[in-house]
Amino acid sequence: MKVLVAVKRVVDYNVKIRVKADGTGVDTSNVKFSMNPFDEIAVEEAVRLKEAGKATEIVAVSLGPTACQETLRTALAMGADRAILVETAQDIQPLAVAKALRALADREAPGLIILGKQAIDDDSNQTGQMLAALLGWPQGTFASNLALDDTAATVTREVDGGLETVKLALPAVITTDLRLNEPRYASLPNIMKAKKKPLDVLSPADLGVDVAPRLVTLKVEEPPRRKAGIKVGSVADLVGRLKNEAKVI
Amino acid sequence: MTSLVIAENDGQTLKAATLHAVTAALQLGGEVHLLVAGQNARPAAEAAARIAGVNKVRLADDALYAHGLAEPLSKLITEIAADYTAILAPASTFGKNLLPRVAALLDVAQLSEITAVISADSFVRPIYAGNAMATVQSQDRIKVITVRGTAFEAAKTDGGQASIETLSAAGGGGNSSFLDQQLSKSERPELTAARVIVSGGRGMGSGDNFKLIDAVADKLGAAVGASRAAVDAGFVPNDLQVGQTGKIVAPELYVAVGISGAIQHLAGMKDSKVIVAINKDEEAPIFQVADYGLVADLFQVLPELASELSK
Repeated sequence: MKVLVAVKRVVDYNVKIRVKADGTGVDTSNVKFSMNPFDEIAVEEAVRLKEAGKATEIVAVSLGPTACQETLRTALAMGADRAILVETAQDIQPLAVAKALRALADREAPGLIILGKQAIDDDSNQTGQMLAALLGWPQGTFASNLALDDTAATVTREVDGGLETVKLALPAVITTDLRLNEPRYASLPNIMKAKKKPLDVLSPADLGVDVAPRLVTLKVEEPPRRKAGIKVGSVADLVGRLKNEAKVI
Repeated sequence: MTSLVIAENDGQTLKAATLHAVTAALQLGGEVHLLVAGQNARPAAEAAARIAGVNKVRLADDALYAHGLAEPLSKLITEIAADYTAILAPASTFGKNLLPRVAALLDVAQLSEITAVISADSFVRPIYAGNAMATVQSQDRIKVITVRGTAFEAAKTDGGQASIETLSAAGGGGNSSFLDQQLSKSERPELTAARVIVSGGRGMGSGDNFKLIDAVADKLGAAVGASRAAVDAGFVPNDLQVGQTGKIVAPELYVAVGISGAIQHLAGMKDSKVIVAINKDEEAPIFQVADYGLVADLFQVLPELASELSK
Protein backbone atom coordinates (compact mmCIF):
# COMPACT_ATOMS: atom_id res chain seq x y z
CA MET A 1 0.00 0.00 0.00
CA LYS A 2 1.19 3.45 -0.90
CA VAL A 3 1.13 6.12 1.83
CA LEU A 4 0.96 9.85 1.09
CA VAL A 5 2.29 12.19 3.80
CA ALA A 6 1.75 15.95 3.72
CA VAL A 7 4.34 18.21 5.35
CA LYS A 8 4.36 21.96 5.92
CA ARG A 9 7.30 24.31 6.29
CA VAL A 10 6.64 26.54 9.31
CA VAL A 11 8.51 28.94 11.59
CA ASP A 12 10.43 26.72 14.01
CA TYR A 13 8.59 26.09 17.27
CA ASN A 14 11.45 27.57 19.29
CA VAL A 15 11.30 30.95 17.54
CA LYS A 16 9.63 33.73 19.48
CA ILE A 17 7.57 35.31 16.76
CA ARG A 18 7.18 39.05 16.29
CA VAL A 19 4.18 40.85 14.90
CA LYS A 20 5.12 43.33 12.15
CA ALA A 21 4.83 46.97 13.18
CA ASP A 22 2.42 47.71 10.32
CA GLY A 23 0.04 44.98 11.50
CA THR A 24 0.12 43.06 8.22
CA GLY A 25 1.37 39.81 9.66
CA VAL A 26 4.15 38.06 11.50
CA ASP A 27 7.77 38.82 10.67
CA THR A 28 9.21 35.70 9.03
CA SER A 29 12.40 37.21 7.63
CA ASN A 30 15.65 35.80 9.05
CA VAL A 31 13.94 33.24 11.27
CA LYS A 32 14.53 29.53 11.33
CA PHE A 33 12.01 27.33 9.54
CA SER A 34 11.39 23.63 10.20
CA MET A 35 8.94 20.90 9.42
CA ASN A 36 5.69 21.37 11.34
CA PRO A 37 6.09 19.13 14.45
CA PHE A 38 2.77 17.31 13.91
CA ASP A 39 3.88 16.53 10.33
CA GLU A 40 7.13 15.01 11.62
CA ILE A 41 4.93 12.62 13.58
CA ALA A 42 3.02 11.87 10.34
CA VAL A 43 6.24 11.06 8.46
CA GLU A 44 7.46 8.91 11.35
CA GLU A 45 4.21 6.94 11.38
CA ALA A 46 4.46 6.29 7.64
CA VAL A 47 8.07 5.13 7.98
CA ARG A 48 7.09 2.77 10.79
CA LEU A 49 4.31 1.34 8.60
CA LYS A 50 6.87 0.69 5.90
CA GLU A 51 9.29 -0.88 8.37
CA ALA A 52 6.45 -3.12 9.57
CA GLY A 53 5.83 -4.25 5.99
CA LYS A 54 2.41 -2.55 5.79
CA ALA A 55 3.39 0.28 3.47
CA THR A 56 5.24 -0.26 0.23
CA GLU A 57 6.02 3.31 -0.76
CA ILE A 58 5.95 6.68 1.02
CA VAL A 59 5.37 9.84 -0.98
CA ALA A 60 5.96 13.12 0.87
CA VAL A 61 4.14 16.18 -0.40
CA SER A 62 4.42 19.87 0.39
CA LEU A 63 2.93 23.10 -0.91
CA GLY A 64 4.60 26.48 -0.87
CA PRO A 65 7.73 28.30 -2.03
CA THR A 66 10.92 26.70 -3.37
CA ALA A 67 12.33 26.53 0.16
CA CYS A 68 9.80 23.78 0.96
CA GLN A 69 12.23 21.48 -0.86
CA GLU A 70 14.32 21.50 2.34
CA THR A 71 11.31 20.29 4.32
CA LEU A 72 10.73 17.54 1.78
CA ARG A 73 14.42 16.55 1.96
CA THR A 74 13.97 16.16 5.72
CA ALA A 75 11.03 13.82 5.09
CA LEU A 76 13.13 11.88 2.57
CA ALA A 77 15.96 11.64 5.10
CA MET A 78 13.53 10.25 7.67
CA GLY A 79 12.56 7.51 5.24
CA ALA A 80 10.11 8.75 2.59
CA ASP A 81 10.85 7.30 -0.86
CA ARG A 82 10.09 10.29 -3.07
CA ALA A 83 8.68 13.77 -2.82
CA ILE A 84 6.42 16.18 -4.66
CA LEU A 85 6.42 19.95 -4.22
CA VAL A 86 3.45 21.92 -5.46
CA GLU A 87 5.27 25.20 -5.81
CA THR A 88 3.54 28.53 -5.32
CA ALA A 89 4.54 31.85 -3.84
CA GLN A 90 0.95 32.60 -2.87
CA ASP A 91 -0.39 32.44 0.68
CA ILE A 92 -2.26 29.13 0.56
CA GLN A 93 -5.09 28.33 2.89
CA PRO A 94 -6.28 24.89 4.08
CA LEU A 95 -9.06 24.48 1.50
CA ALA A 96 -6.59 25.13 -1.34
CA VAL A 97 -4.08 22.71 0.19
CA ALA A 98 -6.80 20.08 0.51
CA LYS A 99 -7.75 20.54 -3.16
CA ALA A 100 -4.16 20.15 -4.31
CA LEU A 101 -3.74 17.05 -2.14
CA ARG A 102 -6.94 15.60 -3.54
CA ALA A 103 -5.60 16.07 -7.08
CA LEU A 104 -2.37 14.33 -6.06
CA ALA A 105 -4.31 11.53 -4.38
CA ASP A 106 -6.21 11.02 -7.66
CA ARG A 107 -2.86 10.63 -9.46
CA GLU A 108 -1.07 8.54 -6.86
CA ALA A 109 -3.96 6.40 -5.53
CA PRO A 110 -2.58 5.94 -2.00
CA GLY A 111 -4.29 3.61 0.49
CA LEU A 112 -3.66 6.03 3.34
CA ILE A 113 -2.90 9.73 3.69
CA ILE A 114 -1.32 10.96 6.93
CA LEU A 115 -1.10 14.63 7.95
CA GLY A 116 -0.33 16.56 11.13
CA LYS A 117 -3.49 17.59 12.95
CA GLN A 118 -2.59 21.25 12.71
CA ALA A 119 0.22 23.55 11.65
CA ILE A 120 1.78 25.60 14.42
CA ASP A 121 1.70 28.82 12.38
CA ASP A 122 -1.95 29.35 11.43
CA ASP A 123 -3.27 26.81 13.96
CA SER A 124 -6.16 25.97 11.62
CA ASN A 125 -6.56 22.23 12.20
CA GLN A 126 -8.55 21.82 8.97
CA THR A 127 -6.59 20.34 6.07
CA GLY A 128 -6.95 16.62 6.87
CA GLN A 129 -10.68 16.85 7.48
CA MET A 130 -11.17 18.89 4.29
CA LEU A 131 -9.13 16.44 2.25
CA ALA A 132 -11.16 13.50 3.57
CA ALA A 133 -14.37 15.35 2.65
CA LEU A 134 -13.21 16.12 -0.89
CA LEU A 135 -12.14 12.51 -1.46
CA GLY A 136 -15.25 11.11 0.22
CA TRP A 137 -12.97 9.09 2.53
CA PRO A 138 -13.39 8.50 6.27
CA GLN A 139 -11.18 10.44 8.66
CA GLY A 140 -9.33 9.54 11.84
CA THR A 141 -8.30 12.84 13.37
CA PHE A 142 -6.08 13.51 16.43
CA ALA A 143 -4.75 9.94 16.31
CA SER A 144 -2.74 8.56 19.21
CA ASN A 145 -2.70 5.01 17.87
CA LEU A 146 -3.07 3.48 14.43
CA ALA A 147 -3.50 -0.20 13.56
CA LEU A 148 -3.86 -1.33 9.95
CA ASP A 149 -5.10 -4.46 8.28
CA ASP A 150 -5.74 -5.00 4.56
CA THR A 151 -9.08 -3.28 4.44
CA ALA A 152 -9.40 -1.07 7.51
CA ALA A 153 -7.60 1.28 9.89
CA THR A 154 -8.39 1.20 13.60
CA VAL A 155 -7.65 4.61 15.05
CA THR A 156 -7.52 5.70 18.67
CA ARG A 157 -8.38 9.39 18.85
CA GLU A 158 -7.57 11.97 21.53
CA VAL A 159 -10.94 13.51 22.36
CA ASP A 160 -11.85 16.02 25.07
CA GLY A 161 -12.94 13.53 27.71
CA GLY A 162 -10.30 10.85 27.03
CA LEU A 163 -9.88 8.45 24.12
CA GLU A 164 -12.17 7.15 21.40
CA THR A 165 -11.57 4.30 18.96
CA VAL A 166 -13.02 4.25 15.45
CA LYS A 167 -12.70 1.84 12.55
CA LEU A 168 -12.27 3.30 9.07
CA ALA A 169 -12.56 1.52 5.74
CA LEU A 170 -9.48 2.13 3.57
CA PRO A 171 -8.56 4.35 1.86
CA ALA A 172 -8.65 6.84 4.74
CA VAL A 173 -7.16 10.09 6.01
CA ILE A 174 -5.37 10.15 9.38
CA THR A 175 -4.25 13.26 11.29
CA THR A 176 -1.67 12.89 14.03
CA ASP A 177 -1.72 13.97 17.66
CA LEU A 178 1.34 14.26 19.90
CA ARG A 179 1.33 10.83 21.46
CA LEU A 180 1.17 8.80 18.24
CA ASN A 181 4.95 8.37 18.20
CA GLU A 182 8.26 10.10 18.81
CA PRO A 183 9.82 11.11 15.47
CA ARG A 184 13.38 9.98 14.75
CA TYR A 185 16.29 12.22 13.90
CA ALA A 186 17.59 11.67 10.41
CA SER A 187 21.09 10.17 10.43
CA LEU A 188 23.86 11.78 8.40
CA PRO A 189 24.07 8.88 5.88
CA ASN A 190 20.30 9.11 5.40
CA ILE A 191 20.52 12.88 4.92
CA MET A 192 23.13 12.26 2.20
CA LYS A 193 21.00 9.55 0.59
CA ALA A 194 17.94 11.81 0.66
CA LYS A 195 19.68 14.24 -1.69
CA LYS A 196 19.54 11.62 -4.43
CA LYS A 197 15.89 10.63 -3.93
CA PRO A 198 13.43 11.93 -6.57
CA LEU A 199 11.71 15.26 -5.90
CA ASP A 200 9.20 16.43 -8.50
CA VAL A 201 8.03 20.02 -8.73
CA LEU A 202 4.53 20.83 -10.00
CA SER A 203 2.47 24.00 -10.09
CA PRO A 204 -1.11 24.35 -8.83
CA ALA A 205 -2.10 24.86 -12.48
CA ASP A 206 -0.60 21.46 -13.37
CA LEU A 207 -3.08 19.99 -10.92
CA GLY A 208 -5.91 22.20 -12.12
CA VAL A 209 -6.34 23.70 -8.67
CA ASP A 210 -7.30 27.28 -7.82
CA VAL A 211 -5.31 28.29 -4.74
CA ALA A 212 -6.66 31.84 -4.39
CA PRO A 213 -7.25 32.66 -0.70
CA ARG A 214 -10.83 32.79 0.60
CA LEU A 215 -10.05 34.53 3.87
CA VAL A 216 -8.55 38.00 3.90
CA THR A 217 -6.34 38.96 6.83
CA LEU A 218 -7.33 42.49 7.77
CA LYS A 219 -4.74 42.91 10.51
CA VAL A 220 -2.49 41.03 12.90
CA GLU A 221 -1.86 42.33 16.40
CA GLU A 222 0.01 41.43 19.55
CA PRO A 223 -2.28 39.78 22.09
CA PRO A 224 -3.13 41.89 25.13
CA ARG A 225 -0.31 41.57 27.60
CA ARG A 226 -0.86 40.43 31.16
CA LYS A 227 0.96 42.38 33.79
CA ALA A 228 3.02 40.56 36.36
CA GLY A 229 1.42 40.87 39.78
CA ILE A 230 3.02 40.67 43.19
CA LYS A 231 5.05 38.10 45.10
CA VAL A 232 3.52 36.92 48.34
CA GLY A 233 5.59 35.80 51.29
CA SER A 234 3.62 32.89 52.69
CA VAL A 235 0.78 30.47 52.11
CA ALA A 236 -1.35 32.30 54.69
CA ASP A 237 -0.73 35.60 52.90
CA LEU A 238 -1.70 33.98 49.57
CA VAL A 239 -4.94 32.50 50.88
CA GLY A 240 -5.83 35.79 52.60
CA ARG A 241 -5.36 37.75 49.39
CA LEU A 242 -7.33 35.24 47.29
CA LYS A 243 -10.19 35.55 49.78
CA ASN A 244 -10.20 39.24 50.52
CA GLU A 245 -8.47 40.99 47.65
CA ALA A 246 -9.18 38.87 44.55
CA LYS A 247 -12.34 37.37 46.09
CA VAL A 248 -12.05 34.19 44.04
CA ILE A 249 -12.26 31.67 46.88
CA MET B 1 -29.43 36.19 8.08
CA THR B 2 -29.75 33.00 10.12
CA SER B 3 -27.07 31.03 11.96
CA LEU B 4 -27.01 27.32 12.70
CA VAL B 5 -25.19 26.10 15.81
CA ILE B 6 -24.24 22.42 15.90
CA ALA B 7 -25.06 21.23 19.41
CA GLU B 8 -22.54 18.89 21.01
CA ASN B 9 -24.67 16.41 22.92
CA ASP B 10 -24.88 12.89 24.28
CA GLY B 11 -28.59 12.54 23.60
CA GLN B 12 -29.57 13.36 27.18
CA THR B 13 -27.75 16.65 27.69
CA LEU B 14 -26.02 19.40 25.79
CA LYS B 15 -22.30 19.86 26.36
CA ALA B 16 -21.65 23.22 28.00
CA ALA B 17 -19.40 24.26 25.10
CA THR B 18 -22.52 24.55 22.95
CA LEU B 19 -23.76 27.47 25.06
CA HIS B 20 -20.68 29.53 24.27
CA ALA B 21 -21.10 28.89 20.55
CA VAL B 22 -24.71 30.09 20.84
CA THR B 23 -23.47 33.40 22.29
CA ALA B 24 -21.12 33.87 19.33
CA ALA B 25 -24.01 33.10 16.97
CA LEU B 26 -26.21 35.68 18.71
CA GLN B 27 -23.49 38.28 18.18
CA LEU B 28 -23.73 37.71 14.42
CA GLY B 29 -27.30 39.04 14.53
CA GLY B 30 -30.37 37.45 12.99
CA GLU B 31 -32.02 34.18 14.00
CA VAL B 32 -30.20 31.34 15.72
CA HIS B 33 -31.14 27.72 15.08
CA LEU B 34 -29.65 24.70 16.83
CA LEU B 35 -29.05 21.31 15.23
CA VAL B 36 -29.29 18.47 17.71
CA ALA B 37 -28.18 15.28 15.99
CA GLY B 38 -27.95 12.17 18.14
CA GLN B 39 -29.63 8.98 19.19
CA ASN B 40 -32.65 9.24 21.51
CA ALA B 41 -31.77 12.90 21.60
CA ARG B 42 -35.17 14.41 22.37
CA PRO B 43 -34.08 15.39 25.94
CA ALA B 44 -31.08 17.26 24.52
CA ALA B 45 -33.33 18.94 21.96
CA GLU B 46 -35.70 20.03 24.71
CA ALA B 47 -32.79 21.51 26.66
CA ALA B 48 -31.69 23.26 23.47
CA ALA B 49 -35.16 24.75 22.99
CA ARG B 50 -34.96 26.41 26.42
CA ILE B 51 -31.69 28.26 25.68
CA ALA B 52 -32.30 32.00 25.68
CA GLY B 53 -32.12 33.49 22.18
CA VAL B 54 -32.58 30.26 20.21
CA ASN B 55 -35.41 30.52 17.66
CA LYS B 56 -35.62 26.96 16.39
CA VAL B 57 -34.23 23.53 17.19
CA ARG B 58 -33.83 20.94 14.46
CA LEU B 59 -33.66 17.41 15.80
CA ALA B 60 -32.16 14.54 13.80
CA ASP B 61 -32.72 11.46 15.95
CA ASP B 62 -30.99 8.44 14.47
CA ALA B 63 -28.48 5.76 15.46
CA LEU B 64 -26.27 7.16 12.68
CA TYR B 65 -25.55 10.18 14.88
CA ALA B 66 -25.07 8.36 18.19
CA HIS B 67 -21.34 8.97 18.42
CA GLY B 68 -20.90 12.24 16.58
CA LEU B 69 -19.00 10.71 13.66
CA ALA B 70 -18.06 13.42 11.17
CA GLU B 71 -18.84 11.41 8.03
CA PRO B 72 -22.63 11.10 8.41
CA LEU B 73 -23.00 14.37 10.37
CA SER B 74 -21.27 16.46 7.71
CA LYS B 75 -23.66 15.05 5.12
CA LEU B 76 -26.68 15.97 7.24
CA ILE B 77 -25.40 19.51 7.80
CA THR B 78 -24.60 20.16 4.15
CA GLU B 79 -28.15 19.15 3.24
CA ILE B 80 -29.62 21.95 5.35
CA ALA B 81 -26.75 24.44 4.91
CA ALA B 82 -28.51 26.43 2.20
CA ASP B 83 -30.89 27.79 4.87
CA TYR B 84 -28.02 29.51 6.68
CA THR B 85 -25.48 32.30 6.38
CA ALA B 86 -23.32 30.92 9.20
CA ILE B 87 -22.68 27.48 10.70
CA LEU B 88 -21.00 27.39 14.10
CA ALA B 89 -19.77 24.73 16.52
CA PRO B 90 -17.69 24.72 19.68
CA ALA B 91 -13.92 24.46 19.09
CA SER B 92 -13.90 21.16 20.98
CA THR B 93 -12.48 17.96 19.50
CA PHE B 94 -16.06 17.34 18.27
CA GLY B 95 -16.35 20.66 16.44
CA LYS B 96 -12.79 20.65 15.14
CA ASN B 97 -13.27 17.19 13.69
CA LEU B 98 -16.56 18.05 12.04
CA LEU B 99 -16.65 21.59 10.69
CA PRO B 100 -13.68 21.52 8.28
CA ARG B 101 -15.37 18.53 6.65
CA VAL B 102 -18.59 20.52 6.35
CA ALA B 103 -16.75 23.55 4.95
CA ALA B 104 -14.96 21.51 2.28
CA LEU B 105 -18.22 19.88 1.18
CA LEU B 106 -19.70 23.38 0.82
CA ASP B 107 -16.54 24.62 -0.94
CA VAL B 108 -16.05 27.41 1.61
CA ALA B 109 -13.19 28.30 3.95
CA GLN B 110 -13.44 27.55 7.66
CA LEU B 111 -12.58 29.92 10.51
CA SER B 112 -10.99 28.13 13.47
CA GLU B 113 -11.34 29.04 17.14
CA ILE B 114 -12.64 32.58 16.83
CA THR B 115 -12.27 34.68 19.98
CA ALA B 116 -14.32 37.72 18.89
CA VAL B 117 -16.99 38.67 16.37
CA ILE B 118 -16.17 42.00 14.71
CA SER B 119 -18.99 41.95 12.15
CA ALA B 120 -21.07 39.37 10.29
CA ASP B 121 -18.06 38.48 8.14
CA SER B 122 -15.02 39.49 10.25
CA PHE B 123 -13.60 37.66 13.23
CA VAL B 124 -10.57 37.59 15.51
CA ARG B 125 -8.67 34.34 15.91
CA PRO B 126 -5.37 33.44 17.55
CA ILE B 127 -2.44 32.28 15.42
CA TYR B 128 1.05 31.10 16.41
CA ALA B 129 -0.24 29.57 19.65
CA GLY B 130 -1.90 32.81 20.66
CA ASN B 131 1.25 34.89 20.23
CA ALA B 132 -0.56 36.93 17.60
CA MET B 133 -4.22 37.73 17.00
CA ALA B 134 -5.44 37.90 13.40
CA THR B 135 -8.57 39.71 12.26
CA VAL B 136 -9.84 37.82 9.23
CA GLN B 137 -12.66 38.47 6.82
CA SER B 138 -14.54 35.68 5.10
CA GLN B 139 -15.59 36.16 1.48
CA ASP B 140 -17.74 33.04 1.34
CA ARG B 141 -21.53 32.95 1.22
CA ILE B 142 -21.65 30.69 4.27
CA LYS B 143 -19.30 31.30 7.19
CA VAL B 144 -18.25 28.05 8.85
CA ILE B 145 -16.84 28.80 12.29
CA THR B 146 -15.53 27.03 15.38
CA VAL B 147 -15.84 29.07 18.58
CA ARG B 148 -13.31 29.18 21.41
CA GLY B 149 -15.52 28.72 24.47
CA THR B 150 -13.42 30.76 26.87
CA ALA B 151 -13.83 33.88 24.71
CA PHE B 152 -17.64 33.95 24.86
CA GLU B 153 -19.98 33.84 27.87
CA ALA B 154 -22.33 30.87 28.11
CA ALA B 155 -25.86 31.55 26.85
CA LYS B 156 -28.58 31.22 29.52
CA THR B 157 -30.05 27.73 29.73
CA ASP B 158 -33.58 28.96 30.37
CA GLY B 159 -35.98 31.56 29.07
CA GLY B 160 -36.06 30.29 25.50
CA GLN B 161 -39.16 28.79 23.89
CA ALA B 162 -37.94 27.53 20.56
CA SER B 163 -39.95 25.12 18.45
CA ILE B 164 -38.53 21.67 17.78
CA GLU B 165 -38.65 20.46 14.19
CA THR B 166 -37.69 16.89 13.29
CA LEU B 167 -35.30 16.16 10.45
CA SER B 168 -34.94 12.80 8.83
CA ALA B 169 -31.52 11.23 8.72
CA ALA B 170 -29.47 12.03 5.63
CA GLY B 171 -27.64 8.73 5.31
CA GLY B 172 -23.98 8.70 4.43
CA GLY B 173 -21.25 7.31 6.61
CA GLY B 174 -20.85 3.57 6.43
CA ASN B 175 -17.12 3.86 5.82
CA SER B 176 -16.48 4.71 9.48
CA SER B 177 -17.75 3.16 12.68
CA PHE B 178 -17.41 3.82 16.38
CA LEU B 179 -15.79 0.99 18.38
CA ASP B 180 -15.45 2.25 21.92
CA GLN B 181 -14.35 5.06 24.17
CA GLN B 182 -12.25 5.27 27.29
CA LEU B 183 -13.38 8.41 29.02
CA SER B 184 -11.50 9.52 32.11
CA LYS B 185 -13.76 9.16 35.10
CA SER B 186 -13.56 11.91 37.66
CA GLU B 187 -15.66 13.40 40.41
CA ARG B 188 -14.11 16.74 39.59
CA PRO B 189 -15.52 19.39 37.27
CA GLU B 190 -14.48 19.27 33.61
CA LEU B 191 -11.37 21.30 32.88
CA THR B 192 -12.97 23.54 30.29
CA ALA B 193 -15.96 24.29 32.54
CA ALA B 194 -14.24 24.55 35.95
CA ARG B 195 -14.33 27.76 38.01
CA VAL B 196 -11.02 26.88 39.65
CA ILE B 197 -8.14 24.82 38.22
CA VAL B 198 -5.02 23.57 40.00
CA SER B 199 -2.34 22.41 37.55
CA GLY B 200 0.95 20.63 38.07
CA GLY B 201 4.05 20.67 35.91
CA ARG B 202 7.34 18.88 35.57
CA GLY B 203 8.26 20.15 39.04
CA MET B 204 5.80 17.66 40.53
CA GLY B 205 8.47 15.00 39.93
CA SER B 206 6.09 12.04 39.61
CA GLY B 207 2.52 11.04 38.96
CA ASP B 208 2.22 9.94 42.56
CA ASN B 209 2.99 13.46 43.77
CA PHE B 210 -0.13 14.72 41.97
CA LYS B 211 -1.93 13.51 45.14
CA LEU B 212 -0.71 16.77 46.65
CA ILE B 213 -2.47 18.68 43.85
CA ASP B 214 -5.61 16.55 44.34
CA ALA B 215 -5.74 17.47 48.02
CA VAL B 216 -5.73 21.19 47.24
CA ALA B 217 -8.19 20.75 44.37
CA ASP B 218 -10.56 18.91 46.74
CA LYS B 219 -10.60 21.89 49.09
CA LEU B 220 -11.33 24.30 46.24
CA GLY B 221 -13.78 22.14 44.30
CA ALA B 222 -11.32 22.55 41.46
CA ALA B 223 -10.44 20.64 38.31
CA VAL B 224 -6.91 19.26 38.03
CA GLY B 225 -4.76 20.16 35.03
CA ALA B 226 -1.18 19.65 33.92
CA SER B 227 1.44 21.14 31.64
CA ARG B 228 2.59 19.34 28.52
CA ALA B 229 5.91 18.62 30.26
CA ALA B 230 4.07 16.70 32.98
CA VAL B 231 2.10 14.78 30.37
CA ASP B 232 5.21 14.02 28.28
CA ALA B 233 6.95 12.80 31.44
CA GLY B 234 4.08 10.34 31.89
CA PHE B 235 2.89 11.77 35.24
CA VAL B 236 -0.74 12.18 34.11
CA PRO B 237 -2.89 11.38 31.05
CA ASN B 238 -3.07 13.75 28.10
CA ASP B 239 -6.66 14.79 28.68
CA LEU B 240 -5.43 16.85 31.66
CA GLN B 241 -3.15 18.88 29.43
CA VAL B 242 -3.67 22.65 29.47
CA GLY B 243 -1.98 24.52 26.64
CA GLN B 244 -1.94 25.16 22.94
CA THR B 245 -1.71 21.44 22.23
CA GLY B 246 -4.17 20.57 24.99
CA LYS B 247 -7.18 22.36 26.41
CA ILE B 248 -7.72 26.11 26.42
CA VAL B 249 -9.10 27.23 29.78
CA ALA B 250 -10.10 30.52 31.40
CA PRO B 251 -11.25 29.85 34.97
CA GLU B 252 -11.78 32.43 37.72
CA LEU B 253 -8.70 31.08 39.47
CA TYR B 254 -5.79 29.17 37.95
CA VAL B 255 -3.11 27.83 40.27
CA ALA B 256 0.08 26.76 38.45
CA VAL B 257 2.30 24.55 40.57
CA GLY B 258 5.80 23.57 39.49
CA ILE B 259 5.08 24.91 36.00
CA SER B 260 7.80 27.04 34.42
CA GLY B 261 5.46 28.78 32.00
CA ALA B 262 6.45 27.71 28.48
CA ILE B 263 4.71 29.68 25.72
CA GLN B 264 2.68 26.64 24.81
CA HIS B 265 1.27 26.40 28.36
CA LEU B 266 0.62 30.14 28.67
CA ALA B 267 -1.37 29.98 25.43
CA GLY B 268 -3.81 27.67 27.16
CA MET B 269 -4.41 29.57 30.42
CA LYS B 270 -3.43 33.22 30.14
CA ASP B 271 -7.03 34.37 29.89
CA SER B 272 -7.75 33.10 33.40
CA LYS B 273 -9.10 35.84 35.69
CA VAL B 274 -6.63 35.34 38.54
CA ILE B 275 -3.40 33.38 38.15
CA VAL B 276 -1.35 32.05 41.07
CA ALA B 277 2.12 30.64 40.45
CA ILE B 278 4.00 28.46 42.91
CA ASN B 279 7.54 27.69 41.82
CA LYS B 280 10.90 27.52 43.51
CA ASP B 281 12.64 29.15 40.53
CA GLU B 282 12.26 32.88 40.96
CA GLU B 283 13.11 33.44 37.28
CA ALA B 284 10.39 31.13 35.93
CA PRO B 285 8.41 32.90 33.14
CA ILE B 286 5.14 31.90 34.81
CA PHE B 287 5.68 34.73 37.32
CA GLN B 288 5.44 37.25 34.49
CA VAL B 289 1.77 36.44 34.02
CA ALA B 290 0.85 35.59 37.61
CA ASP B 291 -1.20 37.94 39.78
CA TYR B 292 0.18 36.26 42.88
CA GLY B 293 3.50 34.50 42.92
CA LEU B 294 4.94 32.38 45.70
CA VAL B 295 8.60 31.46 45.37
CA ALA B 296 8.82 28.29 47.42
CA ASP B 297 9.19 24.52 47.38
CA LEU B 298 5.90 23.06 46.23
CA PHE B 299 6.33 19.97 48.41
CA GLN B 300 6.09 22.23 51.48
CA VAL B 301 3.56 24.66 50.06
CA LEU B 302 0.90 22.22 48.83
CA PRO B 303 0.21 20.45 52.17
CA GLU B 304 0.29 23.83 53.91
CA LEU B 305 -2.12 25.25 51.35
CA ALA B 306 -4.52 22.33 51.78
CA SER B 307 -4.58 22.82 55.53
CA GLU B 308 -4.88 26.62 55.29
CA LEU B 309 -7.89 26.19 53.00
CA SER B 310 -9.52 23.91 55.60
CA LYS B 311 -9.53 26.69 58.16
